[in-house]
Amino acid sequence: MSKNPPKNYISTTNACKLCTPLGASLAFKGIEGAVPYLHGSQGCATYMRRYIISHFNEPIDIASSSLSEKHAVYGGGPNLKLGLQNVTRKYQPKLIGIATTCLTETIGDDVPGLLKEYEKEFPGVKPLLVPVSTPSYNGTHMEGFHDAVASTVNALAKAECKATHGVNILPGLVSPADIRYIKEITTDFGLPATILPDISDTMDGPVTKTYEKIPAGGTPLADIETMPANKASIEYGHTMSDQSGGRILQEQFEVKNYRQAMPMGIVATDLFLATLTEIGGTSIPEKYRAERGRLVDSYVDGHKYISGKTAIIYGEEDLVVGLSAFLAEIGVIPILCASGGKSGKFAGEIEKATGDILASQPQVFEGMDFFDIEKLCEELQPDLIIGHSKGAPLARKLNIPIIRVGFPIHDRLGGQRILHLGYRGAQYLFDLVVNAVIAKKQDDSPVGYSYM
Amino acid sequence: MELLKERQDQIHRTGEEPFALVCNKDSLAGAVSQRACVFCGSRVVLYPIADALHLVHGPIGCAVYTWDIRGALSSGPELHRLSFSTDLQELDVIFGGEKKLTAALLELIERHKPKAAFVYATCIVGIIGDDMEAVCRAVEKETGIPVIPVQSEGFKGNKRAGYTAACNAMGRLIGTGYTADISPYSINILGDFNLAGEIWMIREYFQRMGVEVVANVTGDGRVADIKRAHGAALNVVQCSGSTMDLANLMEKEYGVPSIRVSYFGVEDMAQALYDVAAHFDDPAIMDKAKELVAEELQILLPKLEFYKKGLAGKKAAIYVGGSFKAFSLVKAFRLLDMEVVMVGSQTGTEEEYRELAEITDPGTIIVDDTNPLELTSFLEEKEVDIFVGGVKERPIAYKLGVGFCDHNHERKEALAGFSGMLNFAEEVYRSVMSPVWRFT
Repeated sequence: MSKNPPKNYISTTNACKLCTPLGASLAFKGIEGAVPYLHGSQGCATYMRRYIISHFNEPIDIASSSLSEKHAVYGGGPNLKLGLQNVTRKYQPKLIGIATTCLTETIGDDVPGLLKEYEKEFPGVKPLLVPVSTPSYNGTHMEGFHDAVASTVNALAKAECKATHGVNILPGLVSPADIRYIKEITTDFGLPATILPDISDTMDGPVTKTYEKIPAGGTPLADIETMPANKASIEYGHTMSDQSGGRILQEQFEVKNYRQAMPMGIVATDLFLATLTEIGGTSIPEKYRAERGRLVDSYVDGHKYISGKTAIIYGEEDLVVGLSAFLAEIGVIPILCASGGKSGKFAGEIEKATGDILASQPQVFEGMDFFDIEKLCEELQPDLIIGHSKGAPLARKLNIPIIRVGFPIHDRLGGQRILHLGYRGAQYLFDLVVNAVIAKKQDDSPVGYSYM
Repeated sequence: MELLKERQDQIHRTGEEPFALVCNKDSLAGAVSQRACVFCGSRVVLYPIADALHLVHGPIGCAVYTWDIRGALSSGPELHRLSFSTDLQELDVIFGGEKKLTAALLELIERHKPKAAFVYATCIVGIIGDDMEAVCRAVEKETGIPVIPVQSEGFKGNKRAGYTAACNAMGRLIGTGYTADISPYSINILGDFNLAGEIWMIREYFQRMGVEVVANVTGDGRVADIKRAHGAALNVVQCSGSTMDLANLMEKEYGVPSIRVSYFGVEDMAQALYDVAAHFDDPAIMDKAKELVAEELQILLPKLEFYKKGLAGKKAAIYVGGSFKAFSLVKAFRLLDMEVVMVGSQTGTEEEYRELAEITDPGTIIVDDTNPLELTSFLEEKEVDIFVGGVKERPIAYKLGVGFCDHNHERKEALAGFSGMLNFAEEVYRSVMSPVWRFT
């Protein structure tokens, strides 16, 4: 097996990452009454809306300052302010999350300064304005996502709030189904939780018969303000920067921050639930012992079909870390972990998550695109490909089953309902993995056998 | 619903006098336009040229959001379905991206052996001032294939400006190929993108009439064909905005005349064939066109009856990229005995909107460059049964419990031509008549 990183190409082909403002827009969509607003040219907002809609099948209104040539020369300030007025009038948002783009970062618009001017020029009641710097030439959508969360915490969290018994959960980019499940868990644990952001209703809403300008749901602003009063924060993922929402709460307000891998599989979920009991001082409800028991039972039932099978995993670094831990514990061997992200921490986290099970570490590469992944995949001939739908062409070409997880899922229905986290998410993923292997064997077999 | 002041003059209701509708202006900041940008306009037009390298020069977003974005099929190479980017990083922005662009081009041309390369400028390239012309010229010299810059900086206008940039880029290829063996009865197909294989159907119609198709611009397009497109006797232009500039350029430089057509709906499809036949002034070609239309209608019309019965009287709303397509859709709905109550586009011209006002029923809403909130109020006011649009319009319809027909770039159903009309009726029927609306 090759241990050499792929040749360092200059060009990128079929990227395995998205740009920073997209992540920021998704994060802002998880805040109550918020409208994401991109300070840049019109195309950015429209492209990202289209990209996000194709996953969630939900409307997503992202405003834009729609800059044209003269703004690029003389500065985008006037259009930024005009756009803020129009969004305020039409949407009556409680918060506008303003993400910059490569255009406005490069022409040097000082967005925080412009917003101060705007506050002065237009007195009266206005939505909260939360700016975040997201030049798309720096980082991936995950940096944009985490930075938007951090900016929101920075802007809203207040020192003078009364102590509560709750917990802050900063889950990163997970599915609406995941967030609904986290809410169920924390409720069952008797722990009031502030989940930031919360896209469970805003990006997976019911048919309404009327167009909700801003869909109901999202993390309540009042709850974000009182995050400093909660007992602790749990932040999923290890690869984000030090200036994360959880770290800010810890440094500025002394809220203890638990950075944990995404709770995928039994080991990581055990840790998550143990942390909840530690914070809340309660014990694990029977329901979860039962869920875990059934999960272990299914692991046993299915283990022979998948034991020793190999997989390549790609996507956001923290998601891949979570998946690699899950796969390792069910006996599937990750042989390549790839991401378009470049945190510098990826390989170390994979080792931490899998080191006690895997005999040897997979190849782990940052800054990968699907050209690189395909080359390695051809060489490694894995049994499974696991990641979002952009790996589907590769899976088809190489005739290897793909398990679709994460974001985006553009070629199947229901990306927003994929459950990744907790025992229940592990159960869902486990059944998918086992059945993918069985289906492949069945498809390749001349015998249409009817028992496993 | 209260309209934003700046938006009021971009909406007209048929029957109101005088006709007044402002269009082709920059999108209003904060209005959540459904439009994209200059880059998008260029990218979608050139995208289907399947044996060219399409390299997006900029940070990763622009390339990744246009990866395999169109359902534009190729009968051969599929290089167009890959997403290439220079993926500019902060240091490139500071020190300039020319070196990286040169290296990326050389690397990709070596790897994929394309017949030509298009290099798309994004917003940031326009700001940092990379000399794409010079880079392309140097790489062209070194590799021996045409390397063509597309001046599609996102902020330099709207999607229409992107169409122009794409046409200018193709203009550089045209005139460089061999044309002596081209039939006098020959055309180029402009403005069809071979979504779900539509251009194959259209080409077959023309072949049945005895007309040679020289170049597809750009559906299932090939560099070599485009190089010799100037040898065709006529440009047949569909899609009002995207390739008209190229037709004009070819008329000016090579004396190739053009006609405008649409392949959607029975009337317009038949008219397109008749117009081409009439241009050649050859009774044999006209006879074949008539024969073809008669044959196709004989198959189609009885099949449509079933759908008409279910759909008669239902109300339709249309919001598409270019308004020329909207004409055909209005007629297609009429053929199904349906009523069009709203029609709009991202990039229509005043003349087109004026014509729409002439052919639609009184009270029909005509709108330029609209947004989700306006669309919602129109759909509610007019109690629409089916909305025709693209990906961004779909969830708006669905949230309101309104049926939807995908008439976008990525659709998998052929809607052009005679059999396309049947598919269209079927798709509209499947959505409008679905039992799921009982629960919404």
